[in-house]
Amino acid sequence: MTHPFLSLRDVSKTFHTGGREVRAVDGVSFDVEEGECLAIVGESGSGKSTVANMILGIYPQTLGEIAFKGSALPARRDLAHRRAIQLVQQNPLSSLNPRRSIGASLRLALDVHEIGERAGRAERTGQLLEEVGLPASFRTRSPAALSGGQRQRVAIARALACQSELVVLDEPTSALDVLVQARVLKLLNDLRGKRGLTYIFITHDLSVVRNVATRVAVFEKGRLVELSPTETIFADPKHPYTRRLIGAVPVVTAEEAELRDRLMEKTDASA
Amino acid sequence: MSAPTLLIRDLRLGFRGYSGLVEVLHGISLHVAKGERVALVGESGSGKSVTARIVLGLLQNLKSARISGRVEFEGRDLSRLSGRERHALRGTRMSMIFQDPTSSLNPVYTIATQFHEVLKRAEPRLDLAGARRRAAVALADVAITEPERVLDSYSFQLSGGMNQRVMIAMALANEPSLLIADEPGTALDVTVQAQTLGLMRDLVARHGTSVLFISHNLGVVREFADRVYVIYKGRIAEQGPTAALFEDPRHPYTRALLSAVPRITGGGIPEIEDASESYFAPLVVHEGYGEPEGVRP
Repeated sequence: MTHPFLSLRDVSKTFHTGGREVRAVDGVSFDVEEGECLAIVGESGSGKSTVANMILGIYPQTLGEIAFKGSALPARRDLAHRRAIQLVQQNPLSSLNPRRSIGASLRLALDVHEIGERAGRAERTGQLLEEVGLPASFRTRSPAALSGGQRQRVAIARALACQSELVVLDEPTSALDVLVQARVLKLLNDLRGKRGLTYIFITHDLSVVRNVATRVAVFEKGRLVELSPTETIFADPKHPYTRRLIGAVPVVTAEEAELRDRLMEKTDASA
Repeated sequence: MSAPTLLIRDLRLGFRGYSGLVEVLHGISLHVAKGERVALVGESGSGKSVTARIVLGLLQNLKSARISGRVEFEGRDLSRLSGRERHALRGTRMSMIFQDPTSSLNPVYTIATQFHEVLKRAEPRLDLAGARRRAAVALADVAITEPERVLDSYSFQLSGGMNQRVMIAMALANEPSLLIADEPGTALDVTVQAQTLGLMRDLVARHGTSVLFISHNLGVVREFADRVYVIYKGRIAEQGPTAALFEDPRHPYTRALLSAVPRITGGGIPEIEDASESYFAPLVVHEGYGEPEGVRP
């Protein structure tokens, strides 16, 4: 029997804050298939970032099991797991060390995970930059000397540096202008194809999800309320919360407005 | 014909820095008629927020800023007003809503106290009890069901959506003729954003308030504005009524911007050029939507 690439079984997370218990994630189970782009959508407080943090091993789950390629992930991750599962955050300015050159940030990832021969690593950082559409000469620059879109490309290059297999993208384009966003999304799409990567794409922007995800998981108040292929979820969202989310997306064409109104009518009819 | 609420003619702005003058606005002209909702849409660094700051009179006192051109508010030339007179306009005749509602409210005062401050701008003798009564009505107007509880709360005790509604209520409390909204709701969840925008739209329509709506989000602009100006690197690229501009974008920059927005109907991510010379093409004005004539240069 083949194992799912990544699987979550009855995963819950409880936080203790100010003497109260908050169940941020409540009994969530789903699989991520190799090579797919699974979008996790929901509003703030829905638990989508908590799920991501547990997958990354930033903190352990309270209950349940997370397994990668058939073996359960330990609470304390070893180096191999940290290499395989990487993160790209929303704000690249705060995720890149401002005191380190771009080249040094990439080099660190190569050194920690001992990727390739030591002598070839400097050259490798240049190749990584070219792979994300930046000139190799950017190695000597500091993050402050780059634009938002360029920084995000560096963050992507760093996530790829250690030959990761699963990349968690946490709102990777939400802080970017729309033209820059389109080009970064294109890059992410291309890289997934070329390198056979698997993505978990966390966002609240459903119009982005429609165009990059293969499947969509909808979270509401810590629960997984719907999980379907992207086409299905936008053609026939089952859960009222999913319909509400799609119904609130600001759109730019009449065609989209029609689709949205049609979905909202269904909600009214079922309410 | 009465003067438009806001009229900007050939506005230029530069900042003097170490490396000489950096020009930010290269002569923009726009107007907002009475009761009209006008959007100024562009990317970060395009000059949309500094335009709002000039209208509010917040940049005029900055030593490094070089401003030229005309800004008229209800027929009065702002550059001829003193700092004191401009100050008197803020919070009474014109008001502003910012992107992040929670950080624009003061966390150490209750909502009631802050409402009192706002109302005193127009009516200095108003006491706290009177302010509370008027604030409660204003909060009910933005669909807050328990105004009394909200008035006794601090901003950090309320949700982002609730704070945004409080901000809208405060901004409209003195019945301003111009409301400047800078990326309102960008920091909120989409469902909350949609709700508050709908609320704001109804309210300004009811009060006949003119709105200058500043945003980078084309979808939000399409839903809120009557008329749109697209700004690119300190120049207006295209202007026209919302429906026409979205159905028939004519400027290369507007087209690029619109095509870059992912569609909920699908179609993938388009190929976008980095920066094109064509984005600097001359201003495109949709028929009948130019700037009003007969204004002294």
